[in-house]
Amino acid sequence: MILDVAIVDYGMGNLRSVHNALLNVAPDARIEITSDALAVHDARCVVVPGQAAMPDTMAALNASGLREAVIEAATTKPFLGICLGLQMLFEFSEEGDTSCLGLFPGKVIRFDPTTMVDAAGHRQKVPHMGWSPVRQERAHPLWAGIADQTRFYFAHSYYPVPQEPGLITGSVAYPDAREPFTCAIGRDTLFAVQFHPEKSSTAGLRLLANFVSWTA
Amino acid sequence: MPLAKRIIPCLDIAAGRVVKGVNFLNLRDAGDPVEVAKRYGEQGADEIAFLDITASMETRGLLYQMIADVAEQVFIPLTVGGGVRAVDDVRALLNAGADKVSINTAGIRNPQLIRDASARYGAQAIVVAIDAKQTEPGRWEVFTHGGRHPTGLDAVLWAREVERLGAGEILLTSMDRDGAKTGFDLPLTRAVADAVGIPVIASGGVGTLEHLVDGVIEGGADAVLAASIFHYGEFTVTEAKQRMQRAGIEVRESWS
Repeated sequence: MILDVAIVDYGMGNLRSVHNALLNVAPDARIEITSDALAVHDARCVVVPGQAAMPDTMAALNASGLREAVIEAATTKPFLGICLGLQMLFEFSEEGDTSCLGLFPGKVIRFDPTTMVDAAGHRQKVPHMGWSPVRQERAHPLWAGIADQTRFYFAHSYYPVPQEPGLITGSVAYPDAREPFTCAIGRDTLFAVQFHPEKSSTAGLRLLANFVSWTA
Repeated sequence: MPLAKRIIPCLDIAAGRVVKGVNFLNLRDAGDPVEVAKRYGEQGADEIAFLDITASMETRGLLYQMIADVAEQVFIPLTVGGGVRAVDDVRALLNAGADKVSINTAGIRNPQLIRDASARYGAQAIVVAIDAKQTEPGRWEVFTHGGRHPTGLDAVLWAREVERLGAGEILLTSMDRDGAKTGFDLPLTRAVADAVGIPVIASGGVGTLEHLVDGVIEGGADAVLAASIFHYGEFTVTEAKQRMQRAGIEVRESWS
């Protein structure tokens, strides 16, 4: 059976929330959590979640035999990366000095605790935890029906720094507007976000619905 | 428009059901967790906390099933605590659908648990709960077992230590204020919030919406947790957010 959406299970567990949210927005679609490279290869769309530590995540991805299937999906079909599923697309992460997939030039770095003060002098905490407004840097089918500066749920200490400005699709002013970080990237049929659409209530579900119907 | 301050309704859970009671006494069934959590979600709760107050081996399976049921229908972060003793407990809760797991007593007995869980699942998934009681002005001690067992640990120093061990957030409860409805212990909240670089959730003592405002503005909390004011229908989460917004606090608007 060819899946409408394959949620890639590379052995780090905890994919149920993403599955639940996709089933909620597309109850008639064939959506499954899978660790089968062939199922990922055959699927119409692919979702790569991830929310553990980066060294374990890349080790699990490499050991799972799914690395090539993920790279293929990211470059050939509707692909949604979430959290570490975004970070892994770059060359390198400071978290455990980990080599990542290298699909895009750039790296993933940690919020610097020594500079986490906003313009008003308030200390900003790490992890960046909670609901922050996302600035839509450019129009994209996955932003359809979602107002600019809508809040999404974040829970992370590291963030991506892409080298290609053209990749940047969304950003967040954290610790403040002087230093926004990239929280969404898009290229061709790939979209990836640092926030958790599956935990972002109505706006997140809308983004997931947009993804499932993208190029459908 | 910076990061919003969060409002977190907390549900006490026994055998997979929501219970209400005072100081763990006279518990009575207060409904289906899925329905209660959905209602809070619709009111704009930024997150929901579940505390398994029995945390017994016999009812653990019911807790996992309850989390799985809630996670099927409620699409905001879920934090679960109570009876987390080992990394395997953390894994089981995350796999059931929790986004964050709260560690309390076991982290005091075995700080390595905090370090191991954080290394495995990331700091963002690990909350450390600190129950504190004032011992003298400006000093608070960490207690366990609902405030009955002193640990000898200074609450502010322990907060710094759990940050170092890899906690991503602190759930700070004043045992002096818990259930008293006289407001958060603001000096305690401020002392801990200023001592660490990780977010702090203030808990214990909320009786009015003004208390929530005070927790953020005077206490410096990143999030405020309350149970009874929402539970008994005194206030909705929406009303709480509107009150905070009027006080100039950044909140996630979920009304139109």
